[in-house]
Amino acid sequence: MKFEQFGDFQLDVLREVGNIGAGNAATALSKLISKEIDMKVPQVKIIPFDEIADFVGGAESLVVCVFLRVLGNIPGNMFFIISVESAKNLLHELMGIINQDEESFNEMELSALNEIGNILTGSYLSSLADFTKLNMQPSPPAVAIDMAGAILSYGLLEIGHNGDFALTIDTAFFHGNEKISGHFFLIPDPTALPQLFHALGVPLE
Amino acid sequence: MNVIKVGMADLNVAKSPDRIRTTGLGSCVGVVLFDNQNKIGGMAHVMLPDSSLSKGMLNVAKYADTAIPKLIENMEKAGANRRKLVAKLAGGAQMFAFSTTSDTMRIGPRNVEACKQALNEAGIPILAEDTGGNCGRTIELDSCTGILNIRTVNQGVKEL
Repeated sequence: MKFEQFGDFQLDVLREVGNIGAGNAATALSKLISKEIDMKVPQVKIIPFDEIADFVGGAESLVVCVFLRVLGNIPGNMFFIISVESAKNLLHELMGIINQDEESFNEMELSALNEIGNILTGSYLSSLADFTKLNMQPSPPAVAIDMAGAILSYGLLEIGHNGDFALTIDTAFFHGNEKISGHFFLIPDPTALPQLFHALGVPLE
Repeated sequence: MNVIKVGMADLNVAKSPDRIRTTGLGSCVGVVLFDNQNKIGGMAHVMLPDSSLSKGMLNVAKYADTAIPKLIENMEKAGANRRKLVAKLAGGAQMFAFSTTSDTMRIGPRNVEACKQALNEAGIPILAEDTGGNCGRTIELDSCTGILNIRTVNQGVKEL
């Protein structure tokens, strides 16, 4: 599967995929914290590996990330990414935890963030599975707080053998004054795309 | 003095007084070679261990077994003496603590092993390494001194 053969129509369909998935996840987040969550228009990009972390401020920027591998008909990698500040605000909203430490989180806080990521990405993926009637099974989630480049490169290992480009579906969300903001980031494996397009009735030529 | 940037699955060579740097190493390994006599340094940002699994166009800088010979070749072209080369390694972390032990999740340690094997085959001694663990690293080599600076989020900066 070559990404170059995708036209505007295919990319539009993937944008809609991001819209449905992240829309449901944003609704789930909104219910979790009883606050309004807004969403930006999903960005679908075919980017060289090197630019994978640019959308969160570069390879060295510190992010909180929940990662899970998606198995089934549409294999791929899913990331829920928020800033350290957003993570603290989220913990405060949800559990009343006030964390005044500069950059570290304790085990309880990490576990809570992992679970939030799990609920939200679960909602993203199950809405996609419903919509496409395809089978999608998320792996258990794992959380990390580190440099964006170091974390996101994990999402490139599967596709690394096929080339130097990744197709990414990025949807940003935020609450009001951006006290809580972040991204849902999906990197489908190249083998997933024909299946996905087929399920949605999108011709590939 | 310039700072030469090495991207993901990329390699490059720097001559004194330039520095050479790569950012956000996770499970990837930064392989650094240095010729102290000619003051030439080289760096590869290796992503995967084994090029035999590559499909389609091969990017030699991506794989441990092809990146290291290519880096040696490029350094020789720049005037380095192959017999004077020494190596340092950084990276190969396991960013996520998964309970599974699938091969993909163990990619960091596998990358480190593959790099060591390729260096061993090329007869290049490894002077120092900062590998494994669970943190991302940014590394920068001074091609004048051969000192490798390693920055992590939680442990600050250290020198190899």
